[in-house]
Amino acid sequence: MYNGGKIIVGLVVFIALFAFPFYYNIGKAMEKPEPKTDTPAILQWEKEHGKKECVESKEFMRSEHMQLLNDWRDSVVRNGDRIYTNAAGKQFTMSLQNTCMNCHSNKKEFCDKCHNYMAVKPYCWGCHIQPKENKS
Amino acid sequence: MLEKALYGSKRYWTWIIFLLAVIGVGCLTYLKQLNEGLGITGLSRDVSWGLYIGQFTFLVGVAASAVMLVIPYYLHDFKKFGKIVILGEFLAVSAVIMCILFIMADMGQPMRVANILLHPTPGSIVFWDVVVLNGYLLLNLIIGWTTLGADRKGVKPPDWVKPLIYLSVPWAVSIHTVTAFLYAGIPGRHFWLTAVMAARFLASAFAGGPALLIILALLVRKFSKFDPGTEAIQAIGKIVTYAMFANVFLLGLEFFTAFYSNIPGHMHPFKYLYVGLEGHTKLVPLMWTSSILAVVSLVLLVFPSVRKKEGILAFACISLFTSLWIDKGFGLIIGGFIPNMFEGVTEYWPTLPESMITLGVWAIGFLVLTVLYKVVIAVREDDTAVEH
Amino acid sequence: MSVNRRQFLKIAGVSTVLGLGGATVLNGLKRGGLEATQLSPDPRALTAKRWGFVVDVSKLKTEADYQRCIDACHNIHNVPDHGNPKDEVKWIWKDTYEHTFPTTTESEFMNKELKEKNFLLLCNHCDEPACVRVCPTQATFKRKDGIVMQDMHRCIGCRFCMAACPFGARSFNYRDPRPKIKIENKEFPTRMIGVVEKCTFCYERIAKGLPPACAEASNGAIVFGDLEDPNSEARKIIASKFTVRRKPELGTQPSIYYVIGGHENA
Repeated sequence: MYNGGKIIVGLVVFIALFAFPFYYNIGKAMEKPEPKTDTPAILQWEKEHGKKECVESKEFMRSEHMQLLNDWRDSVVRNGDRIYTNAAGKQFTMSLQNTCMNCHSNKKEFCDKCHNYMAVKPYCWGCHIQPKENKS
Repeated sequence: MLEKALYGSKRYWTWIIFLLAVIGVGCLTYLKQLNEGLGITGLSRDVSWGLYIGQFTFLVGVAASAVMLVIPYYLHDFKKFGKIVILGEFLAVSAVIMCILFIMADMGQPMRVANILLHPTPGSIVFWDVVVLNGYLLLNLIIGWTTLGADRKGVKPPDWVKPLIYLSVPWAVSIHTVTAFLYAGIPGRHFWLTAVMAARFLASAFAGGPALLIILALLVRKFSKFDPGTEAIQAIGKIVTYAMFANVFLLGLEFFTAFYSNIPGHMHPFKYLYVGLEGHTKLVPLMWTSSILAVVSLVLLVFPSVRKKEGILAFACISLFTSLWIDKGFGLIIGGFIPNMFEGVTEYWPTLPESMITLGVWAIGFLVLTVLYKVVIAVREDDTAVEH
Repeated sequence: MSVNRRQFLKIAGVSTVLGLGGATVLNGLKRGGLEATQLSPDPRALTAKRWGFVVDVSKLKTEADYQRCIDACHNIHNVPDHGNPKDEVKWIWKDTYEHTFPTTTESEFMNKELKEKNFLLLCNHCDEPACVRVCPTQATFKRKDGIVMQDMHRCIGCRFCMAACPFGARSFNYRDPRPKIKIENKEFPTRMIGVVEKCTFCYERIAKGLPPACAEASNGAIVFGDLEDPNSEARKIIASKFTVRRKPELGTQPSIYYVIGGHENA
């Protein structure tokens, strides 16, 4: 093989670099995220309504909340429409800071849990003020 | 063909490593800017565009100037440009790359740049600038690469390239016209609100770009066995001379309208640039340097017997290029912002980090240029070897 | 070592610019979407065909009167105070007659009192806004009710709108605004570095039936109303007093009127 030595060394270096994320994370298996919904506001709601419920079903929110928030944002900022009527006919004010985070005041235990697990960093919090949380 | 850029003399590699070092410093500074925001530049609420946008504007002109070689060679069959036209096309490629990088450097949220395409807005000139600049980059890469490849094999370029070459002529005019429209359609900025803006842009482009090309061609001849041709260089010198006269003439028109009409809003930016306004004179020395260099270059260029001497031609081209670089790459943009919308003066001067990022972008441009020219030179030197 | 979404978007953005993969990005964003019937305005919302202000600074007697209007706005909107003119962000501010109307009604021998009188300046919410015309992403746009809005989510920070606005109404976040906000209003977002911001006519307040904050704090010096409605208070003042707009010769049709002199002219 012409220049065989160099090629092999090059390949080894390439594979070593390419595989870096794998061996860097060996043994650091992250546990499945369990976002917590036990804030005072949610517990209060449960007491009054007999169940925990969000603006839409848990399953819908789990898979589509990013799209929902995207649409909310465009509706509020661009069209001035601020009221959201959900599948059950209930109405909510569309506001990340004042509606979502009012119930989910535990950003660290709720939002961050999954976002960290999925390694996504939505830039919501660059502008939207997150609720004050206890450091526990 | 690109592999030809991997073999070079020690001098070649020293130059490459030097450029990489400058790029490295520029990139690190850019990371700082990404992190801390454009507050690390000299830009302010009143002067919201500066060095980056100035360089962008100037380099669009350099890119457009390739057409000054394409027209004579492909449209008028001016054979003497046969060897040099590729240098113009590749200069355009590296200039457009620098343009795009300067725009990115100037952006507050560069990661959102895709919004321009996700929400296309035909009413915005920026949208068209993105379209024409990227199109021009692609056109020149394809044309340059194909014709050079054919040249290497000693065959004629394929027929499908011809329409692209013809298309590149109006396209080159379009990139600089659209760039001028960025400024010339804004209400309330008297310095920019002028119908001759696009014409001025084209005139200065067709002077500055070819002047740079002459310098580059002389360097290529000095450092390689490839000779772009004395007659070709002289012919470009002629183009530079005419274009520079047109440019100075158009600038004169601006002065006349501003000062004979005696409208304060029209006079103020000129006063700020050339004599200072309300005691603010930061740009005055720079603008006079530009003016003097312009006169010097014109005096040297206007006499054919004088510009025949290549040393003098080179000096004239360097003067002219520097003059236009100051005038268009700096004064034109800053002048539009002074005085501000309240008839007050906020001055601007680039900061060190801003200058480092600017140098970094220029180094990337020169790296692209060096690599492309290296390929051209290698192909041409092979040709010469075959001929002899 | 993970590639986060922002980095991915950066790569996607760059490759889009280069014309590679642009189509993929477009397709990726077209799915989903809510039904329009699910979205509606707040029934309390104030509505108009074209919102506007009439500013009568003769009703602002002291420095404190001006400052109250400015603070009302800047406090509820989390406008930072950088403490230097270079990085300054402002939505509403005061400046002299000369600076407010540099081209409109300048007069060599006009009385000194008016010449040095302070005016309140803010976004003009023009009917033909130059900033909207130049914005490459529609991050700034005119709403149906005439408000010139700024979508801080979409702004790429090119600052074309700042060059285009003849009224110097726009500010850019040259530095992180967060540490420079004196009192944080928890109900309103802040901004991030690299985006342009400006007065939004308190769109978040009129949506709830509240008057714009500056108008509320102005003791009647700022009257807001529908300029298309001849019976609105704003229109009645414009009809009865001598009012001017900033730089009308540029054809942007500002929606902010200034009462000059303050006394009845009609």
